[in-house]
Amino acid sequence: MAATLPAEPFPAKKNMHITASGGGQSPRKRRLPWADAAFSFVAHAAAWLTLALLAAIIASLVIGAWPAIREYGLSFLWRSEWDPVEEKFGGLVMIYGTLMTSFIALVIAVPVSFGIALFLTELSPSWLRRPLGVAVELLAAVPSIVYGMWGLLVFGPILATYVQQPLQNVFTGVPYLGALFSGPPVGIGILSAGIILAIMVIPFIASVMRDVFETTPALLKESAYGLGSTTWEVVWKVVLPYTKSGVIGAIMLGLGRALGETMAVTFVIGNFNQLDSLSLFQAANSITSALANEFAEASPGLHQASLIYLGLVLFFITFVVLALSKLLLSRLKRNEGART
Amino acid sequence: MSIGVLSPQKAALHRQRKAVNAVALTLSLGAMAFGLFWLAWILFETFRLGLGGMALAVFTEMTPPPLAETGGLANAIFGSAVMVLLATALGTPIGVMAGVYLAEYGQNTWLGRVTQFISDILLSAPSIVIGLFIYSVVVAQLRSFSAMAGILALALIVIPVVIRTTENMLSLIPNALREAAYALGTPKWKVISAVTLKAARAGVITGILLALARIAGETAPLLFTALSNQFWSSNITQPMASLPVTIFKFAMSPYENWRDLAWAGVLIITLGVLALNILARVLFRNKQ
Repeated sequence: MAATLPAEPFPAKKNMHITASGGGQSPRKRRLPWADAAFSFVAHAAAWLTLALLAAIIASLVIGAWPAIREYGLSFLWRSEWDPVEEKFGGLVMIYGTLMTSFIALVIAVPVSFGIALFLTELSPSWLRRPLGVAVELLAAVPSIVYGMWGLLVFGPILATYVQQPLQNVFTGVPYLGALFSGPPVGIGILSAGIILAIMVIPFIASVMRDVFETTPALLKESAYGLGSTTWEVVWKVVLPYTKSGVIGAIMLGLGRALGETMAVTFVIGNFNQLDSLSLFQAANSITSALANEFAEASPGLHQASLIYLGLVLFFITFVVLALSKLLLSRLKRNEGART
Repeated sequence: MSIGVLSPQKAALHRQRKAVNAVALTLSLGAMAFGLFWLAWILFETFRLGLGGMALAVFTEMTPPPLAETGGLANAIFGSAVMVLLATALGTPIGVMAGVYLAEYGQNTWLGRVTQFISDILLSAPSIVIGLFIYSVVVAQLRSFSAMAGILALALIVIPVVIRTTENMLSLIPNALREAAYALGTPKWKVISAVTLKAARAGVITGILLALARIAGETAPLLFTALSNQFWSSNITQPMASLPVTIFKFAMSPYENWRDLAWAGVLIITLGVLALNILARVLFRNKQ
């Protein structure tokens, strides 16, 4: 997985390499004149294949979703009924579920990840740095089905008893806020899904943020320390402004992961198509969990096409988010090259 | 830091700054503890509940019907192993060659930049969409769920992981090594295959191990490609059971024996994935 690699977001500077193709023109090459061409062809073909893959994914999703696109057009995005029997479909419930759970996940994960990255780069004694970094990366490697099952059978009941019930007791009768915490406190729903997603994306965001923070030139930090800044001031007023775009890129990467996460959400969101109650405790549905639960049994036709349409919407959103993340992270890399 | 010479205002400011710093650093320590707390809790519960469901029968018997006395996960473990290994065998050459292209041929070309960009996006793209894609191009065309479709879906997930590590590792090889080989008159394909790839071997293997670890736990792309199978099957044109899909089915069920088996399966997957990750790290570190 991406963030489990130590040097992931910042590969070594490639512009230092010379594609020394001109250097190999020796007579010996003629022993196997076809070998060079064949090898180069295979390498090029592999690269083209990757591009073709993306094109094929988009094309197959559009073709698969076409009946639903023709039927509903863009109004699919804000229609909320989902009735396989009557063959009426709209994606609003699932899209809301996906966006809301990811939003909750980011609200929790961003400050925590920032704290972890700060700890790993500035605070931790150097002998602890590596083991702690590895531990955070291992958290990213745990398969999502483990999080899902743990969330459903271990975490959900605890959340219901020790968080949801007390919150309900406090907020019952309070206007607006009360509605947010209404519903049966059973430990599954939007809130549980958001929390599990947060736990899952913390390691991604934290390890990229750590790598991003480490690109701050020591000279800048030492100058700030030399002027008498505290550690917090160095991080908040020197490191963070310097790495701004990289930090946003890291958050976008986490968002991309959260949006597309399937199993952990499917286990705990409750898979219930409703939008009557906006309560955080209410069971709901997300794009990925609708696909995971319904697709294999969906009858070919409008039902299947609508599910593929949902998949297309999801792919589009994650593509935009991840592309932004990549652009922000690579801009930081370029800046770094220009300033040193 | 002699506060004595500062004016009272400055001393107050100094105290305030120190207080803010202390609060922030404590919160940072708290965040670290928070992160580790989840890791510890999840691992602890996985071990506690997984060991409870663990027995020799898990490895020797087939998946049972609900409420059966005995039963295991043998067919699911076998199916997972077959699909994961074949998918890695299929995806790795493509990933390595594309990585070679990016590091050795495609620098500063538009194809190189675009491929790198796309591969990075595919790396984090929702895996369930890969499942949808394979469903449309394989399952819907052949009109049957099959292990083959599952293998293809997993292979597509392997490719970007291997591209990323291969490219990174090849970029770390000093250029002097390449130049020395060229100076001896070595053709480019030989320089790449016998010098740079060989020097980056440990890194490339690290990437393959990470890809293995990644797909071993993937459930979403298998749900509507390989489906599942209650029986032992080694025919890749038929639906095949896999550990993650079986866990999903069993964990969502109300049956006690299925849930126990699901916990045992989760323990097996977690141990396998963590072992692969640690192995990859050890290998990479020795090389450094």
